[in-house]
Amino acid sequence: MIKADKLKFFFLTLIALSIGTLALAPFIGMTKVTLAMLTDAAHTGIEKDIFWRIRAPRTLVSFIAGCGLALSGMAFQAMFRNPLATPFTLGVSAGASLGAAIYVRLGMVFTIAGASGISIFAFMGALLSIALLYGLTTMSRNFSTATMLLAGVAISFFFSSVILFTQYISDFTQSYRIVRWLMGGFEVSGFDSFFNMFPFVMTGGAILIYMTRELNLITTGDEIATSRGVDVVRSKNIVFFATSMMVGGVVAISGPIGFVGMMSPHICRLIIGPNHRFLTPATFLFGGSFLTICDTIARTIIAPAEIPVGVVTALIGGPFFVWLLLSGVLNKGIFYDS
Amino acid sequence: METAIEIDKVGYEITGKTILRDVSFTVREGEYISIVGPNGAGKTTLLKMMSKILPVTIGDIYVYGSPLAAYCQKKLAKIISYVPQGAGAMFPFSVLEFVMMGRYPHLSSFIKISGEDRRAVYAAMEMTKITQFAENPINILSGGERQKVFIAAALAQGASMMLLDEPTTFLDPKRQSEINSILKNINKESNITIVSVTHDINHAISSSDRIIAMKDGCVVFNGAPTELMGNNNLERIFDISFHFAISPDRDHPVLFLE
Repeated sequence: MIKADKLKFFFLTLIALSIGTLALAPFIGMTKVTLAMLTDAAHTGIEKDIFWRIRAPRTLVSFIAGCGLALSGMAFQAMFRNPLATPFTLGVSAGASLGAAIYVRLGMVFTIAGASGISIFAFMGALLSIALLYGLTTMSRNFSTATMLLAGVAISFFFSSVILFTQYISDFTQSYRIVRWLMGGFEVSGFDSFFNMFPFVMTGGAILIYMTRELNLITTGDEIATSRGVDVVRSKNIVFFATSMMVGGVVAISGPIGFVGMMSPHICRLIIGPNHRFLTPATFLFGGSFLTICDTIARTIIAPAEIPVGVVTALIGGPFFVWLLLSGVLNKGIFYDS
Repeated sequence: METAIEIDKVGYEITGKTILRDVSFTVREGEYISIVGPNGAGKTTLLKMMSKILPVTIGDIYVYGSPLAAYCQKKLAKIISYVPQGAGAMFPFSVLEFVMMGRYPHLSSFIKISGEDRRAVYAAMEMTKITQFAENPINILSGGERQKVFIAAALAQGASMMLLDEPTTFLDPKRQSEINSILKNINKESNITIVSVTHDINHAISSSDRIIAMKDGCVVFNGAPTELMGNNNLERIFDISFHFAISPDRDHPVLFLE
C-alpha cells in the first residue's frame, strides 16, 4: 500500500501542475500577452481578444478533454481487466469519426444549442459504437475479456473502412475536411465548446468517483466482485453510461485524440497504485494537464501554423511509454498474471 | 442445528449440456462439509450458484428459508462468502487493500472505513497468519500465501458461511496443511459454516462433519465421512480402486491408490 505522505506529495504535485498549466498555457503563444494588458482596462489591443476568446477557452477545453479521455481509459481498463482496453482501442473514436465523416459527406450545416452539427453527429457515432460494444458485452457473458477486446478491435476496423469508403465517395473539399477531423484537435473560439463538453465530463467523472469501491472489486474479476456483494451487471452498466458520456462529450468536439486515455491511468497507477479511490482523481488531473501541455506545444511549436494535438500526444507519449515498458518499471504497475 | 442452506432439486444447463441434475441437500449451521467427486461433476457450478454468481434456473436454493432470488447481492454477501479457485490477472493491490475490499457489503459509497471494519480486517489477517504481508502487493505472493489472502478477504466479509473451491489444490504439503488448519480454526473457533470442494479425500474424511459426493451432475453420496469408505462407494464415484491402510495415530483408515 502506498504511504500516506507519498500520496499527499503526488496529489499536491498534480494540483500544482494542473493549476500551473491552466494559468500559464493561455499566456504562451505567438502573440505576447501579459498580465498587465489583461488587467489594464484602458488597453484596447487584440491581445485581450486572443486571450479571452481563443487561448483561455482552448486551454479549458483541452484540459477537460484530457480529464475525460483519461478517466474513460481508466474505467475501461478496470472493466475489461486489460491494460490495452480504452474506448479508443475498442472503436469508439472510429465510431465518432464515422459520424463526423457522414455529416461532412452529406454536406449539411446546422447548429443546435451551440453544438455544431459535426459534433452532434460525432457524439451519436461515439454512442452508437459504445452501444454496440455494450450489446456484445452483455450478450456474451461467457466470453472472455480477450474475446471482447478482439470484438472491439474488429468494430474499430469496420468503422475505419466505412470512413475510408465515405471519404472515397466524397469530393476533394469534403475529403480534406474528413482527414482534418480524423487528426483531432481543438480549434475553438469562445466558450461554447467548453460549455458543451464540461457537463458530460463532470457527470461521468462524478459517477466514477461514486463507484470507486465497485471499480476496485471489478478489477479482481466478476466472480470475486459478485461474491463480495457487488451487483456486477448493474455496476458495469453505470460505468458504461459514465464512460459514454465522457467520451461522447469529448470526441464530439476534439475528434479522436489517442494515447491520453491509455497512458494517463497507467502512469498514475505506477506511482500511487491501483486503488481507484486515489487513482480516479489522480488520473483526472494528470490527463487534463498532459493534454493541455501537449496542445500548447501543438499550437506553438511551428507557429503560426499548428500541428494536430493527436500527433503531439503520440509523439511524446509513444516513446515515453515504450521506455517505461522496456525499463521494467511498469511491470510493477500494470498487471500481473496470477 | 438450524438449516442454513437448502438446495432443492437444482439443475443447471448450458447450451443444451446438463451440468447439474436434481441436486438436493441441506447445509446446517456450523457444519464442515466437503464436496468431492471427479472433475466435471458440477461441484464448482454448484458453489457458484450458491453464491449467486450463476443464476438458479431449475429448482431453488433457500438461504435461511428464503429463496436466493429474495436476496440482493450485498445482503447475500453478509451471509455467504466465496473463495474461488483462481482469480486470474489482477492489478497490484496490497494485501491490506485486498482484504479490506472484503468489507464491501458493510460499506456504502463515501462512508469512511470504520474502526469495526478495520478490526474485522486485522482479525482476518491474524487468523490466516498474513499480517506480516499486509503491505506487499498480492501479485508477488506465493500460491500458498495468496490462498491465505483470499481466505482472509472472505473472512473479513463477516459472513457466517464460507464456500471454498479447491483451496489446497496446487499447494505443497506444508501449505496444504496450513490452509487446512486455518479452515478448521475458522469452523471450530469462529463457528463459520464451511462448504469446501476438494480432491483431498483423506483430509475430507478426517476433517469434515459430512461429505457430499457428486458425479455427472448428481449427488451420489451424502453422509458421514466413514460411510464414504464402505460399500465400494469410492470406487463407484471415482471409477478407480482405492486401498486402505490402518494408521496408528488416526481413528480412521488412510486411502491410497495402487
